[in-house]
Amino acid sequence: MELIRNFPCLSILLSMFSAILSSALKGRGARRLNTFVVTAVGALSACTLYFTHVTGQSYVYVMGHFPAPFGNEIRFGSLEAGMALFFCVIMLLSLNGGRKKLAMDIDPSKENLYYIMVDLLLSSLLALVYTNDLFTAYVFVEINTIAACGLIMIMESGRAIEAAMRYMIMSLLGSGLFLIGLCMLYDMTGHLLMSNIGSSVRMIAENGTYVIPLLVTIALMVVGLAIKSALFPFHAWLPDAYGYSTVSSAAMLSSLVSKGYIFLLIKIIYRVIGFDIFVNSRIINVLFVFGLAGMIMGSTSAIRENDIRRMISYSSVAQIGYIYMGFGLGTSAGMVASVFHILAHAATKSLLFISGVGLTDVSGDHKEFIELTGSAYRNVCAGLAFTVGSLSMVGIPLFSGFISKLLFSQAAVQSQLKMLPALIVLAVSTVLNAIYFMKTVIRIYTPVTSKYESTSMKKNVLYAATLFCFVALNVGLGMCSQPITDWITQGLSVFA
Amino acid sequence: MGEHLLVNYAEVVAVALFGIGFTNLLLQKNMIKKIIGLNIMDTAVYLFLAEKGYIEGHMAPIVVNGDLNPDTYINPVPSGLVLTGIVVSVSVTALLLSLTIRLYRRYHTLDLDEITMRLKKEGL
Repeated sequence: MELIRNFPCLSILLSMFSAILSSALKGRGARRLNTFVVTAVGALSACTLYFTHVTGQSYVYVMGHFPAPFGNEIRFGSLEAGMALFFCVIMLLSLNGGRKKLAMDIDPSKENLYYIMVDLLLSSLLALVYTNDLFTAYVFVEINTIAACGLIMIMESGRAIEAAMRYMIMSLLGSGLFLIGLCMLYDMTGHLLMSNIGSSVRMIAENGTYVIPLLVTIALMVVGLAIKSALFPFHAWLPDAYGYSTVSSAAMLSSLVSKGYIFLLIKIIYRVIGFDIFVNSRIINVLFVFGLAGMIMGSTSAIRENDIRRMISYSSVAQIGYIYMGFGLGTSAGMVASVFHILAHAATKSLLFISGVGLTDVSGDHKEFIELTGSAYRNVCAGLAFTVGSLSMVGIPLFSGFISKLLFSQAAVQSQLKMLPALIVLAVSTVLNAIYFMKTVIRIYTPVTSKYESTSMKKNVLYAATLFCFVALNVGLGMCSQPITDWITQGLSVFA
Repeated sequence: MGEHLLVNYAEVVAVALFGIGFTNLLLQKNMIKKIIGLNIMDTAVYLFLAEKGYIEGHMAPIVVNGDLNPDTYINPVPSGLVLTGIVVSVSVTALLLSLTIRLYRRYHTLDLDEITMRLKKEGL
């Protein structure tokens, strides 16, 4: 079992070195290497998950030869390992689903560059999930941003480059705030390892010194990560970045990149600031309000949108709002609901992006709704998958979205003051979700004599298989929610 | 309240510079000015770190004559952080500049809002 302790570090290094190796390979070689690495990292994470789940503890892995306050550490429990496994699964499925589109969208001579970015993205996500050092987390946040920017701009259309520029600017604002927050925290505590900062912060809070600096620091770090993960008032870059990049990129950006930052934020809340101090600070009320605003505003913007990709992107803004609303509730039930929603949203949003591209492909590459009429008959498989994704986002039982809404409302009931607004906004947001998703589903199932050719499942088996896996993942999350919430609760309990 | 501002003047300068850089990165229309803002913002953080790591009267953290007493030297960790931060900000700046060149070649302007307007008009 000693061997398994090396797996998290090994998986980070594996994905990073594969990025270096890919630069020397041709497109196809880089693609195969990437598939192999994502699968291998998934397998390693699965082993780690099994190991940590059986023992029920979290482990510290010392990087290099310097022990705790000076050296760098990796720390992993079952939640981290499970999240890494989940990220690998989503990444593999998103890449497979968008493979055909990717070949059309990018220059074949640049294919290996795309996979370099994907490998880098994977390694930075893994590092964000596993690291126990705040400054290492900052460095990997930046690597994540650069890799994500590469994924957006690989299309080389004017729109994509402009979207990448706007994405970079907003992200850098976020990481600047995060950096100065982290420097202030280092200044107050004298540590960089998350667990050590955590104990110092608890001491500071008990002594009552540095009250305002601590509050400012928490605010800076939380706002920085909120900008990067596109919480409502900072979401302006999101629809362009998701809407004009190639479909695999959009799926990975919405379900992995923003979720990586949110996972880091959860880690900071539990391990660095301490859950009680975070709850007692007034920041959570701000998060709660902006989360609620995002749930409404994201959905309203999505209703107004006439482009299917941008509509799905705006729906992401609403879903990120749900996650921050869960943080804002300030109970551990709210946190469990948020973590579950990270999984549910990642599984559903990538399904929607991938199935959406199937629908636009049989509509002459048009993304406008008028052209999409009846497209579900032209590509049956994508139509069904899109319907499943929509039902899940609306929150129909049997699918993952229902469970997260259920968990959110259960968590909301526990907190007295925030119960009413949370429940009302949940209800309103569900109705709004239903309006734009059902509108789309009805539109794609409206029979029409079309000028576009239809396609069948046999023509693209890989795509159909990917959609099937996504649907299975979604239904799995919806049906077996109890073991998953147990796992999240157990993982969060050994998190601090 | 006021007297702390005078004692910790370097931190005050650093935070003010951070604010200037942040606003520039956020509000300027010109992309080059945005990038300058980014660099001011990052450099302000390094100033903050360097000031925090410096201890009056202590030496640079290089061991001479086998003197291992920690009271002789300044804190070396912030310097390490500054170095890492510089590497990060250089690479990000390079990426932003390359994006700027791409956009300039295509649209012959550095004004990001104008590029957005033109893209919307083209309807691409």
